[in-house]
Amino acid sequence: MDKAATGDATKLLNSTQMAEFAARGFVRMDGVVPDDLNRAFLDELGAGEASEPAGQYRLARQSGAVPAVPAGTPLANAYQPDTTVGKIVRLPEVSGAIQSLVGTSPLLDHHFLHMTFPPRFMPGGRATAQHTHQDSTIDPRSAFDVQIMYFPQRVTASMGGTRFIPGSHFRIVSEAAVARYQNIRGQQRVICEPGTMLFMHMGIWHGGGMNESDAVRYMFKIRLAPTERQVRLWDDSDLGNDHFEQRPIFWTGDEARDPIHAILTRPEPWFEADTGRLEYINRIRFWRYLLGDDRFDADYWMTRIENEFL
Amino acid sequence: MIQRINPTTEARKRVTRVRQQVMVLYLSSSALDSGVVGWAFYDGTGNQRHAPGAQDEPPYRTGLGAMEDGWRLIQASPLVSHIAGQEFRTDYLKYEFFFEKLVQYG
Repeated sequence: MDKAATGDATKLLNSTQMAEFAARGFVRMDGVVPDDLNRAFLDELGAGEASEPAGQYRLARQSGAVPAVPAGTPLANAYQPDTTVGKIVRLPEVSGAIQSLVGTSPLLDHHFLHMTFPPRFMPGGRATAQHTHQDSTIDPRSAFDVQIMYFPQRVTASMGGTRFIPGSHFRIVSEAAVARYQNIRGQQRVICEPGTMLFMHMGIWHGGGMNESDAVRYMFKIRLAPTERQVRLWDDSDLGNDHFEQRPIFWTGDEARDPIHAILTRPEPWFEADTGRLEYINRIRFWRYLLGDDRFDADYWMTRIENEFL
Repeated sequence: MIQRINPTTEARKRVTRVRQQVMVLYLSSSALDSGVVGWAFYDGTGNQRHAPGAQDEPPYRTGLGAMEDGWRLIQASPLVSHIAGQEFRTDYLKYEFFFEKLVQYG
């Protein structure tokens, strides 16, 4: 969003946060939205007033708290500054994360208010969980969209929380083709304080968790698309002078290691023995893309296979 | 008078007393004794429902551990050559093993 829409106080991500996003596919900010805005968001929706799901969705749509916005609308025009959602996306940490990931002029792809209902609303009184999936469709781009997940209320373990698989974002799959995977080692559920946000790469595998509590669970998702090449949009002033240097590998000593190299070569619990190495390569390629510099490597994974003579 | 027995009905009764339970394990390599990284259950008896995301720890440490507990391997994913130009692409979990148990029902 441009400064006219966000104000001057954007707080950009730092290089460590960006490297975590590159490696794991998300940045989490706990309680980043203040309580008054969380309460206003829920109040405006008419949260808790309806007795069945269709009625709750009808109330939410009629409230206008979440406007109907054409796909491709500039984010700066999507939410007026004096509205609750408009205030939330203009918070310094939120607008800073948006700017760091998708630039100053992103477009709104779509947004949706997800409501997950407790067993008493469900047929047979049985709660269900959404299958694991990747949003949209097969998407092999280097450019990436970001999906903001905003949790306006406290989410407890019994409320289920959104489930996601850290590090799954580079897997090129077709939406619910991964639904068979019920459980994956390292899966996380968003159990959080009110006002928590996750900024997710579009490719993250995820699904709505089973709500076994008495309360409706709310999650507002906003998908944003960049309008520019996503190169060094974050505050990269903390990158070390030795960021492009290599270190000893396999046979190592006590040498210090660039923390970003370490983040990019840290495996997830579900990584397979061989394709886990391909994920390191995916991350290094992505970090090169973000840096705008193909000289970068971590632990020699790319340099080794680029040593070709034609 | 000879009493006729409907064999189709009898066979159906016998068959319907058995149900299939399926467990899918995703391993860290093509070796059955490698570690479990993902898993799923489907219970043909209808007694158990396994919701996505309901378990954080795998039911067995390895595929071999499942076999030692009586699960019968019925399918394993093949090893597939890498397509030129797409050698580094990652997509679906690679080492998928289907197991079954046949259990009495009713």
